[in-house]
Amino acid sequence: MTGGSTRSGWLIWLPLAVFAFLGGMFLYGLTDPKDEYVRSRMIGQPLPAFSFPAATDGIAGLSNKDFTDGKPRMLNIFGSWCVPCKAEAPMLEQLHEAGVEIHAIAVNDKPENVATFLAEHGNPFTRIGAADMAFQVQLGSSGVPETFIIDGKGRIVHQHIGDIRPEHVEGLLDRWKAAQ
Amino acid sequence: MIAELGLFALWLAAALALLQSVVGLASWRAAETPLATLVKPVAVVQGLLCLISFFSLMWLFYVTDLSVLLVASNSHLDKPMIFKIAGTWGNHEGSMLLWVTILTMCGAAIALFEKRLDKETLSATLFAQALISLGFFAFLLFSSNPFERLNPAPPVGAGLNPLLQDIGLAFHPPTLYVGYVGLSVAFSFALGALLTGKIGPAFARAMRPWVLLSWIFLTIGIAAGSYWAYYELGWGGWWFWDPVENASLMPWLAATALLHSVAVLAVRDALRAWTIMLALVAFAMSMAGTFLVRSGILTSVHAFAVDPERGAFILGLLVIYVGGALALFALRIGSVREGKQFALLSREGGIVANNIFLSVILAIVLVGTLWPLAAEAMGDQISVGPPYFNRATVPIGLLLMIALAVGPMLRWRTDDGARLRRLIVPAATAVILCILLFVQWPEAGFFPILALALAAGLAVASLLPLVGRNMLRIPLMTWGMVLAHFGLAVSIAGMATESGWSSERLAAMRVGDEAKIAGWTVKLDMVKPVAGDNWVAIEGRMAVQRGDDKEQMKPQARQFFDPVQQTSEAALLTRWDGQLYAVIAPVDAQNYDRWQVRLWWKPFVTLIWYGAGLIALGGLLALIGRAQLFPRRRSSTAESEWARA
Repeated sequence: MTGGSTRSGWLIWLPLAVFAFLGGMFLYGLTDPKDEYVRSRMIGQPLPAFSFPAATDGIAGLSNKDFTDGKPRMLNIFGSWCVPCKAEAPMLEQLHEAGVEIHAIAVNDKPENVATFLAEHGNPFTRIGAADMAFQVQLGSSGVPETFIIDGKGRIVHQHIGDIRPEHVEGLLDRWKAAQ
Repeated sequence: MIAELGLFALWLAAALALLQSVVGLASWRAAETPLATLVKPVAVVQGLLCLISFFSLMWLFYVTDLSVLLVASNSHLDKPMIFKIAGTWGNHEGSMLLWVTILTMCGAAIALFEKRLDKETLSATLFAQALISLGFFAFLLFSSNPFERLNPAPPVGAGLNPLLQDIGLAFHPPTLYVGYVGLSVAFSFALGALLTGKIGPAFARAMRPWVLLSWIFLTIGIAAGSYWAYYELGWGGWWFWDPVENASLMPWLAATALLHSVAVLAVRDALRAWTIMLALVAFAMSMAGTFLVRSGILTSVHAFAVDPERGAFILGLLVIYVGGALALFALRIGSVREGKQFALLSREGGIVANNIFLSVILAIVLVGTLWPLAAEAMGDQISVGPPYFNRATVPIGLLLMIALAVGPMLRWRTDDGARLRRLIVPAATAVILCILLFVQWPEAGFFPILALALAAGLAVASLLPLVGRNMLRIPLMTWGMVLAHFGLAVSIAGMATESGWSSERLAAMRVGDEAKIAGWTVKLDMVKPVAGDNWVAIEGRMAVQRGDDKEQMKPQARQFFDPVQQTSEAALLTRWDGQLYAVIAPVDAQNYDRWQVRLWWKPFVTLIWYGAGLIALGGLLALIGRAQLFPRRRSSTAESEWARA
């Protein structure tokens, strides 16, 4: 600042060099397609052990043992209070019709609300367990709805975050088939 | 019709910016050119046109003209009027228009009122300023036209992000913007001075009010944003080291350093290159901040503003302006004469220490903010959290506090250290308090205790420059400095007590249940549904009591429609010794009759924002002091009084 040596030489170019580096990083950040969501560290891992009571009358509860009979399935996490979950109901129906067995976990829900939800939006689910949000964290899931693909040995192979839109159905089916 | 008028005014203003850059360039190269008389009127008219454009947009929001795309996608017929108006700048296009409007108004103000600077440097400054506005005009007109029409017009409009429907937040972005734009004016001054090579006290005095102004607004804007996050997000914290928060903190750090170094340049004609560099960095930080907020390359709670294409545009502007300015700096600074020398133990030395500490904190925050991006480039996903920032910045912050206690006691140029003896009082205060706190509350933690003790010492030390002087003759600038330094001590005391002495309680409560926290008894009387203009909520009615002090608190969990979103409205109960903070969450799934209630007692937490208010007020006093001083005489008695102080 007061020394004469700073007035010439490489030091006065240093700010520009630092800026060029940052600018390059920004450019990279812009061009690199970004994962907007938190990915589960559980992908490739077996499901944690759990056993949940039925979320409503007339449909069985769910445990991790229901995923280990050699058949790949999907696990949908939803709540009757969640609006995007209603939006994705027709897509789950499509998956169900395509032959996918879907189990579900209703998060922070009441039996009568789950029953109303199923009555209004259809029931593509084979089993529905009732759980709280703490369990979601164990799954590496951060919100509802989310849909996991579980292979026949009970391992998580894929995580779909957010509601399933019409354009996602094809890709999910492919991944489910790949898990056979 | 009004939309077309606004757009027309905007195009005209852009054309004038082009004209201003040409004329400014010509009159800087040859000061006697007849064109030179054009610069000022062009700058003034340009500001007025932008103002017309901005008010046109405000009118469109006021009448909720849904045939305008921006209004349709950000407003709603049912929205309260104040938020309709705030909707003008509560979105990308509108906020960019506000930015350009403030920028050109500043240009007009420079053209009208700046008398200290020589003609040549003034022309070069207006030239630089026109170049900056041109870039933002291009940005607005080509990629963010706020007046675009929508055909057919929708019936009701899409609404505004409910988190933003908050009176504090309605004014938080414009406040920050005034701060950012003020820094762009300082940037233009620095470029002007670099172009002409006239870097000295006159330049520093011309630039200083702009730095002060923007610094005041940044201080208020950051404090308001922090308070918003504190009560609106319902997480009980007041600073999250979120990228967007950091993006506003970094320009503030640079501006604070600049504010001090520009004083050295004004009074002592030293730190020339350093002051210029800080002026460039301060604006670079505000542009980089805008880029980080708008481009979405970092994940943040402010992700509502994201658009990669616009991010690319801002990055382009950033590269042109900041890259160009830094290249100009490297090319020209070698020819600038050395500033005056000073001893290490002097006011200048103290300010250099302040600048170094602030710069180090700035570097820490910058690295922490960008680290996830660098890590991602290397194929790793990480996030840098509060532990890093706290651990790295707090010790430097404490050193800064010590420098801040000592610096104002030193004389300019050289000091014999005689007045430093007065620091015994604050030092003793700090040491004694530190020992007492450690004995009484060892569990509060090392740093909170140290910070609280240092804050007390600093509060005393900050008043020392007033001791032994005739109070009536002390210039406003000195009052401003004392108040700002005292405010910092107050603010840090609040941070220390909040982080060291807060209590927290999470309870699943049935109606009728009681919970106790830090001497308060909280009873959940009832839970009832309530409705607002565009939301419904469950509201907890809590009777809280401490001794004879009885009060009701009503936290809400709100559900907004259009767009659908849940927010939690914390209830705050403020007392002289702290705040009780209550949040209620919807029903607990396992126990249908229970409500999740989260309670905090935060002792003296309000000091954080009161302190920030004092800091801003100090800045305001200094600004008024400068303004008063200026019409009388350049180097009036007050300035030399300041220099002697």
